[in-house]
Amino acid sequence: MTLTATIRLALGTLELGVDLDVDESAVVAVVGPNGAGKTTLVRALAGLVPLDAGRVTIGATTVEDPAIHLRVPPEKRSVGVVFQEHRLFPNLTALENVAFGLRATGIAKDLARAKAASWLEQVGLRDMARHKPAELSGGQAQRVALARALATEPAVLLLDEPLAAVDAAARAELRHVLRAELSRYPGDRLVVTHDPIEAAAVAERLIVLEEGRIIQQGPLVEVTARPRSPWVATMVGLNLLSGVAAHTTVRLDSGALVATGTAAQGPTFVAIRPNAVAVHRAPPEGSPRNVWPGQAGELYLTGDRARIRITGPVPLIAEVTASSVAELRLGDGGAVWASVKATDIDTYPA
Amino acid sequence: MALGAGALALVVLPLVGLLQRAPWSSLGRDLGAPEAFAALRLSLETSVGALAVSVTLGVPLAWVLARQRFPGRTLIRALVTLPMVLPPVVGGIALLYAFGRRGFAGHVLYYLTGWRFVFNTSGAIVAEAFVAMPFLIVTAEAAFRSMDPRGEEAAATLGAGPAYRFRRVTLPAVAPALAAGAALSWARALGEFGATITFAGNFPGSTQTTPLLVYLDIESGHEGTALALSLVLLAVSLAVLVGLRDRWLGSP
Repeated sequence: MTLTATIRLALGTLELGVDLDVDESAVVAVVGPNGAGKTTLVRALAGLVPLDAGRVTIGATTVEDPAIHLRVPPEKRSVGVVFQEHRLFPNLTALENVAFGLRATGIAKDLARAKAASWLEQVGLRDMARHKPAELSGGQAQRVALARALATEPAVLLLDEPLAAVDAAARAELRHVLRAELSRYPGDRLVVTHDPIEAAAVAERLIVLEEGRIIQQGPLVEVTARPRSPWVATMVGLNLLSGVAAHTTVRLDSGALVATGTAAQGPTFVAIRPNAVAVHRAPPEGSPRNVWPGQAGELYLTGDRARIRITGPVPLIAEVTASSVAELRLGDGGAVWASVKATDIDTYPA
Repeated sequence: MALGAGALALVVLPLVGLLQRAPWSSLGRDLGAPEAFAALRLSLETSVGALAVSVTLGVPLAWVLARQRFPGRTLIRALVTLPMVLPPVVGGIALLYAFGRRGFAGHVLYYLTGWRFVFNTSGAIVAEAFVAMPFLIVTAEAAFRSMDPRGEEAAATLGAGPAYRFRRVTLPAVAPALAAGAALSWARALGEFGATITFAGNFPGSTQTTPLLVYLDIESGHEGTALALSLVLLAVSLAVLVGLRDRWLGSP
């Protein structure tokens, strides 16, 4: 069943204005920085916070429409939620937690427990059935929470930062379980996360949400290769510039010129991979088409590679080898030259 | 320091007095006397009855006060806690003019059903509940109010309706607070004197609860029975206090 939502609501300083469609064909991830309205979006879809205006429809059923004073309560929406903090019931065992939704909807105790046991087994926690939440690790508790949401077989499954409250060691395994369960779940699946890497691990489609608005949406590869916001570009590790193209030259907002390999016209994004940027202390010889002056800024070392921020008319992050950091004494800052081959520059309409 | 010692003396010395005069050797005989035994049994019945009334009526009211917003909520909250500060004898008179045979509500009730509260055990229960219920309501409301709503939200997304959520998520979460409130409320009902004697009267076997008999005995010179019964009430109070120690006497 397709989830169609038009959401307008104001909550504190947040103004959420989102139109989205989710169907069973792909796992969708909503990514965005903290405060973008992701959690509020989940809460609105689940019926935990009322809309000011708009409409939420699941399949053929409208579950919320303020214009006609329609608001179906959460328990009648067939929307399951995995919360950031597992929110397991502390007085119930893992098995009873998973059986909770089934019992609540009137399924007999023995059947509910049998089904719950098989869901626990599916998330790899058969042996923990009799344990209370306090006796589970963070990763295990979140797996129980996932099983608990799956057990009611909701038409729409929402996951709000399911990995955020889990420590790094348990995250890899939980991500693996999430990926497997999400890919096999037959309903609509929407995962909210502030981490595009996490989104990439579990989702096939991305929706980028910033300040309550959708900035970009599309297949994972498209959004990560051609970001349309500085935040996404930073998170996927790309340099993103914007300007106006005329044939194979883009004039940036700062006035600097960028030579590109392919022709374009009008407002344009320019994406440059950090490892395509070469850094020099003197104007380089040869014929790289793009050479820009700048100042060496912060330096981040990662193994035998380093990332350096270059400020100037064309702000860039460059990825260089650790040996060239030493050779060029980049740690000292000072004037540098950055060069990029025209063929290493990707442009797409803004 | 000296003032603190004075405060301590004020609380402790009466207890010493009670224990020092206690008729330890004749305790069994004093408590086994038909009148004393009847009063103790009646006290147990009426205090448990008052607790049942308080829980049945008080917990839902506490929930409404904690979770619903409506005009007049603050006023209702103040009214509900009034019996905590009202002199119990005034409460008893007020009950008389409301639920007594000639009280406006009692009159209607008597006319419709032939039932009346005054001068029977149910009257003692009503008087005790009137005084004791606020203790439960105040504790329960605080518990409902401070409870984390996230568990209830999770339950709703799992398909649990309001009644199911209340029973399986809300109640277990506030159970310790409810138990504490119930213990306090029960202890208050057990010791109730003024409202009971005014509203229900002082009839052996039907409204003469332990505190009433203690008063009667000490007035009529049966000091031994009065002291023995007092010891029982003191022991119960101490037991409740010990039971609640983690909640109220724990270090901050």
